Amino acid sequence: MAAARLPALVFAAAMTAYGLLFLAAERERAVGALIVAGAAAVALAARFGLLGKVRTSIAAHEGTFDAAAIAGVLVVALWFHEEHFVLLMMTTALLLMTAALGLTVQFGYAGVVNFAGAAFLGIGCYTAAVLTKYTPVPPLLILPLGGAAAALIGSILIFPVLRTRGHYAALVTIAFGILFKTFIEVNDVLGGPQGMSVGPFALAGHSFNDPIRIGGFEASFYFAYVLAALALLVLAFALVRRLERSWIGLSLDAIRLDEVASACYGLDIARWKVFAFTLGNFLAGCAGALYGHVLGFIAPNNFTFGDSLVLVSIILLGGIGNPWGVVAAAAFVVILPEKFQVIQEYRFALYASLVILVLLFRPVGLLPRALRDYFPGRRHETAP
Amino acid sequence: MSPLLACRALTCRFGGVVALDRVDFSAREGEIVGLIGPNGSGKTTLFNVITGIYRPRDGSVTFAGADVTGARPQAIYRAGITRTFQRSRMCLPLSVFDNIMVGNHKRLSHGLVFNLLRRSAFAAELARSFVEARELLNIFSPRLAERIDEPVAGLPMIDRRRIEICRALISRPRLILLDEPSAGMTHEETRELMDDILVVRERMAGLTIVIIEHEMGVIERITQHCVVLNYGRKISEGTFAAIARDRNVQEAYLGVA
Repeated sequence: MAAARLPALVFAAAMTAYGLLFLAAERERAVGALIVAGAAAVALAARFGLLGKVRTSIAAHEGTFDAAAIAGVLVVALWFHEEHFVLLMMTTALLLMTAALGLTVQFGYAGVVNFAGAAFLGIGCYTAAVLTKYTPVPPLLILPLGGAAAALIGSILIFPVLRTRGHYAALVTIAFGILFKTFIEVNDVLGGPQGMSVGPFALAGHSFNDPIRIGGFEASFYFAYVLAALALLVLAFALVRRLERSWIGLSLDAIRLDEVASACYGLDIARWKVFAFTLGNFLAGCAGALYGHVLGFIAPNNFTFGDSLVLVSIILLGGIGNPWGVVAAAAFVVILPEKFQVIQEYRFALYASLVILVLLFRPVGLLPRALRDYFPGRRHETAP
Repeated sequence: MSPLLACRALTCRFGGVVALDRVDFSAREGEIVGLIGPNGSGKTTLFNVITGIYRPRDGSVTFAGADVTGARPQAIYRAGITRTFQRSRMCLPLSVFDNIMVGNHKRLSHGLVFNLLRRSAFAAELARSFVEARELLNIFSPRLAERIDEPVAGLPMIDRRRIEICRALISRPRLILLDEPSAGMTHEETRELMDDILVVRERMAGLTIVIIEHEMGVIERITQHCVVLNYGRKISEGTFAAIARDRNVQEAYLGVA
């Protein structure tokens, strides 16, 4: 019997309500109470077997849940349509989710480490800055071009990343991230350490930096950016999830888990690693281009090694290889320190300790990746 | 008739260690060949050289009339040789089906458009492969075939070995190299697994098997031909009865009397 649709919808509604409350909470005490309440609710739901019901329901009615989740983000964005800061936070979270999905393809699937996520995000940002400043390229084209620039510049790393393994590959990408920042700092054309401004995103004649007025409805200009970031995330999410549910996803997994056996079964290790690395950088670059438009002004200090570590901690916390885990962890990592000003300064220490705790006690992450289901909700046609 | 696989004077060195010393080895189509010898005698190295994991220092490997010396593992697989590993190399977090599909790589489409956009064509290929994988598993164990959607990590050793053999068979190779399939199993389990292998061979006409095995009972029961290695050299060859009588073999295993 097919699982009920209701638990998935109830869960989506509950998450939307929780998100609303969380973003609306002003005082730190209220935020703290919400965190405690959230943890207690999860624990209680687990105790009464509700989480399992939600999980099977989501798996059986994935389309419904996807639509509900998108609707939930829209509801929250509409609720706060005049609040610049909340909308900016949401946009940032959505874009970091997209970039972290790129990292998921690289690290979660193909096993290629990348500790320079922020650099690839930065390449996207600077592409947007340069293109809006010097060229009349239509903004919609700037997003894929930002991705292409990240993928192209990332290809410098392909050879060293393929030749090294484990810690050494990590060091290669760390070095790249630091070099990127230094390169921008000494480069006057790109604004040097002072940074440079990025022109607004625009679509169908509407500049995204103008406030929105439709009839009696007025919204912050960030509202449009939330919509654009959401659209980008939905595309990236659909791509990554479908990739996982294909022979390509299987090949990437096989290479991560056992290179020798994979080679003996015809898998071209280098080809798939390059594919995953390039695709991941492309996604980070696309997100970065839009992020540049959102910020309006970018500087090398936005793309430090610490920011790369935030991206890595998102995929470790969320559950390696699980797109929904990335979504949950990115929301948490972006919004929590903004709400809890006290921890703002200590946020890296907090993430680090959280990552260590997760790796020690739940190495698969908070929302572990499930077994591959090529067509969820549909049973295999059994042999006659 | 020329043999399906022919290794001529294969030599493989690691620094000063001669792992294989001018070894001649051949297997005729449809045969089960036993490869035996004490630990460290070069059996697994021979498999690794044939499958392209190591390059030989000298000598040649010919498969189905084509020279495949020093070819990459991927090319060897495409030519029709698959293998299992002494220390089972499975993707433990993946399902049984996924693990078998890794072995089906050359018969699956890996194009981006096919995988991402042509989902109904993909679904058809998936359904076809699923039926094949189930049928193959059914030969070994109908109970295991029921668990095709479960992760390999939760299955006992004998089932992992079966899956590993299914992974090697799903692409319909002409030659399969089994590297100590009974390692870590009880006598009873080993006997079961060997029965399964014999059944499979009957269903797959012309399948050639080379098996590394320490259980002499197994070798005696299933092989038509044996090759004995010691310190990287071939010291004897023939039917099991013949090599068991060979003084060189007795000395290698038991020491000089």
